[in-house]
Amino acid sequence: MARIGVVVFPGSNCEYDAANAVSELGATPVFIWHSANDLGEVDGVILPGGFAHGDYLRPGALARFSPVMAAVQHFADNGGAVLGICNGFQVLTEAGLLPGALQKNRGLTFLCQPSTLVVASTRSVLTRNATVGQHLSVPINHFSGSYTCDDATYESLVANDQIVLRYLDNPNGSRDNIAGVSNEAGNVVGLMPHPERAMSTLLGSADGRVLLGGFVGLAATASL
Amino acid sequence: MVAVPTSLRGVNYSVTVDVTLRAGIADPEGATIERALPALGFSGVSAVRAGKSFRMNVEADNEEAALAKATSLAQRLLSNPVMEDVVARITSEA
Repeated sequence: MARIGVVVFPGSNCEYDAANAVSELGATPVFIWHSANDLGEVDGVILPGGFAHGDYLRPGALARFSPVMAAVQHFADNGGAVLGICNGFQVLTEAGLLPGALQKNRGLTFLCQPSTLVVASTRSVLTRNATVGQHLSVPINHFSGSYTCDDATYESLVANDQIVLRYLDNPNGSRDNIAGVSNEAGNVVGLMPHPERAMSTLLGSADGRVLLGGFVGLAATASL
Repeated sequence: MVAVPTSLRGVNYSVTVDVTLRAGIADPEGATIERALPALGFSGVSAVRAGKSFRMNVEADNEEAALAKATSLAQRLLSNPVMEDVVARITSEA
């Protein structure tokens, strides 16, 4: 059974949602405290949402220097599947594991609402089970979610098929409606929406299963 | 405790570091402030940009070294080079 590490920073608050989603998809979640120097035996890693280190300075600015991030970097460099959700996405961009940055929403309001995502690439560990153009209903819950990058970075994102998900109706002013991006290899992915909160139609949407199912399934394959 | 002679210690410089969004990066905070100004009777104010300011005491041998240290830590931690620029300046000898 695949083991998925869920990194917990002081101020993380979506780690149980992420762990529950992992369990529901048939894998074993393992919490990893931010001061750990290694990840232990895991087949994939999730950086969950929240307010790591209080989001002081900038979201992710202090979390990227937590000891565990060196281990996450090492894991990613060796092809390990890494997923950053919301605050986890911000941490991955601050750490340089993903290109670009997240700045304050265009309307300067905290957004907590459903969003419709359009799958832009299936080359990533998160979207491998989806189809290009597929619409997914996944909630957003953030203040600094407006994706930004310079022109050269944007051109390389497009050229390398690294734009993974776009918003149908851009709620936060992100460049080119970008909701999620991957690294060049596709094994590191970050997105602002919360797929771990879209696991049940009873609670609004089960579309998160398409995304997290792919991620957990890939990690399971890696563990064989 | 043995006192270190003053001559062997660096001097403390008071340094201010300004972190601002790079040109071309949208600044919704600055834009919102700018839009609010006319309602308060302030006309003729444009190009408002919001940023952050940090003050610190930096021990160094001279002003150049103090500024270099402050700029280095500002680029590493206080700013995100993807979207922000930093400028360090000596405020006074602390």
